Amino acid sequence: MHEEEVLGKAYDARLMRRLLKYLRPYRGHVAVGIAMSIVISGMEALRPYFTKIAVDQDIASGDKHGLLMTALLFFVVLVVRGLVQYANAYLTQWIGQRTIFDLRMEIFQHLQNLSLKFYDKNPIGRLITRVTNDVEVLNEMFSSGIVMVFSDVFTIAAILYFMFTMNLGLALVSLSVLPLLFYGTFLFRKKAREAYREVRLQIARINSFMQEHITGMLVDQIFNREKKSFDKFSAINGAHRDANIKSIFYYAVFYPGIDLIGALSIGLIIWYAGANALEGTVTIGTIMAFVQFNEMFWRPIRDLSEKYNILQTAMASSERVFQLLDDTSVLPSPQHPAALEHSKGEIEFRNVWFAYNIPSDGAQSPEWVLKDISFSIKPGETVAIVGHTGAGKTSIISLLSRFYDIQKGEILVDGVNIQHIKPQDLRRHIGVVLQDVFLFSGDIKGNINLGDFLIPLDRVKAAARVVGAHRFIEQLPGEYDAEVKERGATLSVGQKQLLSFARALAFHPKILVLDEATSSVDTESELLIQAAIKKLLQGRTAIVIAHRLSTIQNSDKIIVLHKGEVREMGNHQELLSRNGIYRRLYELQYKDQEVKAQSAT
Amino acid sequence: MKPLLRLLPYLARYKKTLIVGILTVVGSNLFSIVQPLFLGYAIDELKAGMESKTYITSDLLLWAGLIVGFSVIAGFFTFLTRQTIIVVSRHTEFDLRNDFLSHLQKLSYSYFQNKPTGDLMAHATNDISSVRNVLGPGIMYPSDTILTFVLVLTMMLTRDWQLTLLALIPMPLVSIVVYRVSKVIHDRFTERQELFSRLTTRAQENLSGIRVIKSYVREAFEIDEFRKLSWDYLKKNLVLAKAQSLLWPLMFLLVGCSIVLTMYFGGLRVIDGRMTIGTLSAFMSYLLMLIWPMIAFGWVLNLLQQGAASMGRLGAILDSIPEIRDTVQTNHSLTEIEGRIEFRSVSFTHKNANQPALQDIDLKIEKGTTLAIVGYTGSGKTTMVNLLPRLYDVTEGQLLIDGNDVRSIPLTVLRSNIGYVPQETFLFSDTIADNIRYGLDNGDSSIQQASEISQIHKDVNDFPKQYDTMIGERGITLSGGQKQRTSIARAIMREPKILILDDALSSVDTYTEEEILRRLKSFMEGRTSIIISHRISTVKDADLIVVLDKGQIVERGSHEELVAQGGIYADLHQKQLLEKELESM
Repeated sequence: MHEEEVLGKAYDARLMRRLLKYLRPYRGHVAVGIAMSIVISGMEALRPYFTKIAVDQDIASGDKHGLLMTALLFFVVLVVRGLVQYANAYLTQWIGQRTIFDLRMEIFQHLQNLSLKFYDKNPIGRLITRVTNDVEVLNEMFSSGIVMVFSDVFTIAAILYFMFTMNLGLALVSLSVLPLLFYGTFLFRKKAREAYREVRLQIARINSFMQEHITGMLVDQIFNREKKSFDKFSAINGAHRDANIKSIFYYAVFYPGIDLIGALSIGLIIWYAGANALEGTVTIGTIMAFVQFNEMFWRPIRDLSEKYNILQTAMASSERVFQLLDDTSVLPSPQHPAALEHSKGEIEFRNVWFAYNIPSDGAQSPEWVLKDISFSIKPGETVAIVGHTGAGKTSIISLLSRFYDIQKGEILVDGVNIQHIKPQDLRRHIGVVLQDVFLFSGDIKGNINLGDFLIPLDRVKAAARVVGAHRFIEQLPGEYDAEVKERGATLSVGQKQLLSFARALAFHPKILVLDEATSSVDTESELLIQAAIKKLLQGRTAIVIAHRLSTIQNSDKIIVLHKGEVREMGNHQELLSRNGIYRRLYELQYKDQEVKAQSAT
Repeated sequence: MKPLLRLLPYLARYKKTLIVGILTVVGSNLFSIVQPLFLGYAIDELKAGMESKTYITSDLLLWAGLIVGFSVIAGFFTFLTRQTIIVVSRHTEFDLRNDFLSHLQKLSYSYFQNKPTGDLMAHATNDISSVRNVLGPGIMYPSDTILTFVLVLTMMLTRDWQLTLLALIPMPLVSIVVYRVSKVIHDRFTERQELFSRLTTRAQENLSGIRVIKSYVREAFEIDEFRKLSWDYLKKNLVLAKAQSLLWPLMFLLVGCSIVLTMYFGGLRVIDGRMTIGTLSAFMSYLLMLIWPMIAFGWVLNLLQQGAASMGRLGAILDSIPEIRDTVQTNHSLTEIEGRIEFRSVSFTHKNANQPALQDIDLKIEKGTTLAIVGYTGSGKTTMVNLLPRLYDVTEGQLLIDGNDVRSIPLTVLRSNIGYVPQETFLFSDTIADNIRYGLDNGDSSIQQASEISQIHKDVNDFPKQYDTMIGERGITLSGGQKQRTSIARAIMREPKILILDDALSSVDTYTEEEILRRLKSFMEGRTSIIISHRISTVKDADLIVVLDKGQIVERGSHEELVAQGGIYADLHQKQLLEKELESM
């Protein structure tokens, strides 16, 4: 929260240059936009000019026809200007939208390529803000910011041109208040920014206090601290109010101040006109035109402070966005990747050492999660990994899919070091079923084939049939098109697991990685799941982090992992008779299942 | 608009300031409305001077001076308007936000369980600020707008009613355009927001499920899907842009038409000598003065609509009645608690749950004794202790403290005598001392005493600023064990008659745990304690141990008795011995 509230400087050349790069593909459109801005600005400045013509030429000479012509011409200019203005407003939006579309896709694509290590470090909420809100802020800059700044500058230029060509003296006189205006605006901008910063700071404080005390409401209530907390909140809330009131003061001075400067300028125009009226250099129409110019001139200058805010927030957002884009936590992909078209499904871990974090100073030894792990799995074999919490089971399966790179040793698939295979090619052969089933919102079918059109409905159905998910899917309204809510909210735990089995199966992996869920399900689902797992393991190499006795008993080999090391290996009976770690794990985790299974039959 | 009525009491507090504010609006309008007239007179005089070739500077200076002078006065009034009406809006925002929080504080635990914090936060920030807009700009602009409109119209009509009507032909169109187009904009904006939230959800899901996506090599597909959605979002934005881009050009065009009409027909009048050129100039200025009210009209309408919707949502929260509070049943003569607890056939069912979380609990805990509760996850342990500080009220049966139904004990008395260390430790981003003291005024010595019992004192001494060290985002991060020990100190500090530790030692190592329990023993003399734990080591010395299973007490007795019984407790005991063995292997 706090980092988001910090306001940096409003203009950073380095960031700006990088941002402008995104406009490059649309430079033609930008050029058209700028051209249209010039036209609009010119026509805008024509308005007082028409007044002058009407007053000085037509009305002064009593030329009714001329007046009609001037009015009609003026009308035509108005219509044309309206059309161009409309086109321009739409065009600038178009440019902004296109640009941020590109930027958003770039961020999203970048996120897809980042390694899991990156995701371990960065809270998802923050990343979402990058893809959505930060990009949205930049939209404002791209669409209303850049082109509009041009438009403001041109408007000022056009007005200046007309003023000076109409009457040099009058132009100088009416512009003489300009320094006052600039100074006033500058002072206001400075004060308002300080006040604004203070307001933001207090808002952030209010928000974090609220957030914390709503989350911790229970604590406040059981300790009877409502009153004290309220007093504290009231103080922060009051500081926020006072900061706002302070900023109101600046606005209250600024707006009337601008009006006053305008009035001053009009007063000067009248005075100058009076002084020079006899010389005949000033006409009535000119005066009326100048009064209008006077009003038109303030708007672009007044807008400055608003533009400044847009720019400032845009800079802060782009800084964060670029920081993300510059993050290079991507797994190194091999330069000459080994082909792994068809995998046999042979796996070998050879003296693997792994730590999630390597201390940067090198002096400290890293916290090894896996130490010198070696084992091999023949094609078609099922290997169960068992171990107590924190033994390193999950790390083993993450390493096989190469979500992380190891520090020492080698992991081989079909005899090829997986670092020599493109991660995507490797993962295509591995079906992963995680403990915590992740379902996407969408439909059943899409959750099984994950949107892969190479897996048609009949293959989806076949996979569901094999794992026994077909039966409950049939009962759903719409069957395979049935809606799945976010995180599969409407499905039971057992159903979700069956779906994830079907998903793994649909992709025909050669290697299956299964992290059995520990959550208990009712007996019927349990039997379904056990049957499904059996089917799933058939004919493929499998590594299972086992929580079920049945799975362990059916596996070819059991690897007992303890404190990051392989301590025992063998089949169920061998290991039990050894009276070592496995025996205790068995008594701790699996024995009850045996008792239950016996009592059930 | 009806929900906005409940703002009246808030505004009533600042009645005088608001009246002054409205008066200043009148003042500033009166003084600015005449300025175009002065300009017009000046122009007429100039014209006369030019034609008659006479020198007229002194009179002109008067008009110029009047324009500047009136502008000063009008400006002063405008200044006052902002300093009154807008300032009041900030005051009411303050009041409203305070009321919002203090109401939340009264709501019971179950309310927060059903309401995501994010939602409440959104109400507190967005809704309150849009209500604030109604109170400030929503009052200032309409009064200003209407007044300007009326005054300008009067000025124009009294000068030349025919020309006024001609000039104003396009004006109603302006309001209609603003209203119609902003309605379209609003609808399209809603559609766009919907897509934006879909885009956000998609990103959220993608990033949460990144492991699955990478495992199945679905990155390309996800990018495609996101691109499609982004593209739809872009299109929706452009559809919105079409309407948005229309608003201003169309309005300027309509206003421009007014000016053209005025110029032409006014010009004809000047040529015919029925109007002076100065009046024409005043007319033109007045027209420009009308633009803003026309625009503001549509805009303010939107503000009011949004504000009403927001106030409706806030109202729903402010009107929700706290489930647990002092009632007529409360016996206010109860000011002390001894600590004798009795559960009398207590059952409790969560709202919308089919099965009771607690069933027929009968249990007596004498003053000064220690009760331990063990059981599997979800067996109802936490629910059971939550009944004591009345986070929930029993569904059936009675919970008595010192023989009084808890519902008859005033909430403050009840809660201030209970020291509760919840399962999820929650500390505030504040200093360690403030977290332990947590609003009490006791001196530093009692903080230290409490910290020594809970074994956090030594850790604190190693912190950069000891007890003044900030914790949380802007300070140091405590380990799970340190958090638990701080939270225990916080409970001890209050010298409660009843101490509840809900799995509060789970992250503390066994050695420290023993030390804490040993020190607690002497502190708890004469006080009642309830300890929930998964660890046998924590509970084995309790006076009474009960085992909960599926909301019922299935075993009760001392450690030795329960181990001998060979039930759930004995099983847990056995498993923990095994774990210990494993740990040492």
